Amino acid sequence: MAVKPDIEFTMGKATRDAFGAALREAGKTNADIVVVDGDVNNSTRTEWFAQEFPERFINVGIAESNLVGIGAGLAACGKLPVIASFACFIMCNGYDQLRMSVAFPNLNVKVVGSHAGISIGEDGPSQMAIEDVALALGLPTFTVIVPADEPSTHKAVAAMLESVGPAYMRVGRPDVPVVYGDDPDFTLGKANELRSGNDITLIANGIMVSAALEAAHTLAADGVEARVLDMHTVRPLDVEAVTRAARETGKIVVAEEHLVQCGLGSVVAMAAAEHAPCAMAFVGVENTYAESGDPAALLEKYGLTARHIAAKAQSLL
Amino acid sequence: MTVGEPMKMSIAELKEQARVLRRDIITCTTIAGSGHPSSSLSGVEIMAALYFGGVMRYDPAEPHWAKRDRLIMSKGHASPLLYVVLAHAGYFSTDLLETLRQIGSPLEGHPNMSRLPGVEASTGSLGQGLSIGLGHAFAARIDNADNHVFVILGDGEQDEGQIWEAAMTAAHYDLDNVTAIVDHNKAQQTGWVRDVLDYSPLTEKWRAFQWDVQEIDGHDMEAVLEALQRAKATQGRPSCIVAHTVKGKGVSFVEADYAYHGKALTKEEEQRALEELGWQ
Repeated sequence: MAVKPDIEFTMGKATRDAFGAALREAGKTNADIVVVDGDVNNSTRTEWFAQEFPERFINVGIAESNLVGIGAGLAACGKLPVIASFACFIMCNGYDQLRMSVAFPNLNVKVVGSHAGISIGEDGPSQMAIEDVALALGLPTFTVIVPADEPSTHKAVAAMLESVGPAYMRVGRPDVPVVYGDDPDFTLGKANELRSGNDITLIANGIMVSAALEAAHTLAADGVEARVLDMHTVRPLDVEAVTRAARETGKIVVAEEHLVQCGLGSVVAMAAAEHAPCAMAFVGVENTYAESGDPAALLEKYGLTARHIAAKAQSLL
Repeated sequence: MTVGEPMKMSIAELKEQARVLRRDIITCTTIAGSGHPSSSLSGVEIMAALYFGGVMRYDPAEPHWAKRDRLIMSKGHASPLLYVVLAHAGYFSTDLLETLRQIGSPLEGHPNMSRLPGVEASTGSLGQGLSIGLGHAFAARIDNADNHVFVILGDGEQDEGQIWEAAMTAAHYDLDNVTAIVDHNKAQQTGWVRDVLDYSPLTEKWRAFQWDVQEIDGHDMEAVLEALQRAKATQGRPSCIVAHTVKGKGVSFVEADYAYHGKALTKEEEQRALEELGWQ
């Protein structure tokens, strides 16, 4: 696996862009894919699929409950529906349908929520999903995926489409740093170790992966070698990687662009508590909604930067 | 029945079949000690016509046969109706009806498609079946296939906003391979529909949503059969059949009291009901 060796990130495209491009690519070889969107196809980037395969694209209008149900019916007929909207709308407005029409019958529906997290910025908290991962975890049978950057999102989309069963993937609006080289390894349920180290482990997903790498770089200046894991799959969790990190480094910081009480941190803590209890600290959105503003300023104000991760790590050392 | 040829009974046979279905709905829920017999009794003629009147194409030996038509019971609490019909259609033994709602039985309180052949959708959270039906209809359209999708909706279920989201979508996409049948039995859990949430006029609403609408007596077997055949043949628009029915149809004391919603009959009530239906 070609991992970028140092901290000089180059900016890549947004994970929603990578999703849109990967979906269009997959459509060329998989005729079963049908894409359903809730009239935000130019935001989720499913419009790129729609332009190429209009006969396999359905815009249902601004009606997420109906959107999810149609996805369920398509899956029951053997199609491979990819249903998309903003993460907060498809997960919150469509939740009963995700539960009853998709998760309970274990149908092969792929749900993609874009514009997740507070990094969407100026549009403000009504558009920011900070609870989508928690909701997805509340759906038994769902695989839950939060990719970090453009190259890994390409691989994540392919892996999700190859997997069988319901899945939720979270993608974001802003361009994000590239943390992987071309063609990274990507296996659902298997964490990627992006930096080795035995003093502490930083576990992150989504946009917090680059922040974790940056934090590790800072810590290294103080002689602390941090292991960094991209935990792109929240379920099934790579329990083995968590256990190994707990045993070998004794300390874990988890970072996510999500409510800190009910996301990646919770499932990692549960795994560590069961298999190898260790000192832990958590970075995420505390018990609050964010606000409108410049994405970088929001991440700073709400405690989601490399500096915050490094500070939490220092508190454990 | 040969593959692809729907079971086609005469009107007289269908009426007798309806009497059998009513008997089995009552007995299986009384054995279970719970369930929704009254919500099931109102839809008997509709389901009998669909499965035994030559309307639907299906093959119980091959439940996932690609060319089959689909029936989605969106009002999932009418599962006893669905189960007795599927049993008599040959999807499973009628002996299984006695296991309704018991642990280990695939005949759960509400339909579970993962456990019982012939169940096209897991339902029970109201409002969701029509959207699922649209998914089936879109899949057929993409494949240039001629499957028809029938969705049975409750009239209490019309309260759910998702029904109207789906209604708009089906009309916008001219999904003429979809037929929604409203089992308009006028009662819901805590009262008469007009008292709980008076959404009248129902027929005009479906018309305004650009569906082809027929309004019929849902217990008149000839009318039900004719309406279903017409709906299946309608082109360019989805079809809605507003079927005026009576909740608890066939059992006088259940018909008269909406409070029978979600209640099985006692052994003594069961005997009275079966007598009224001419079984004793």
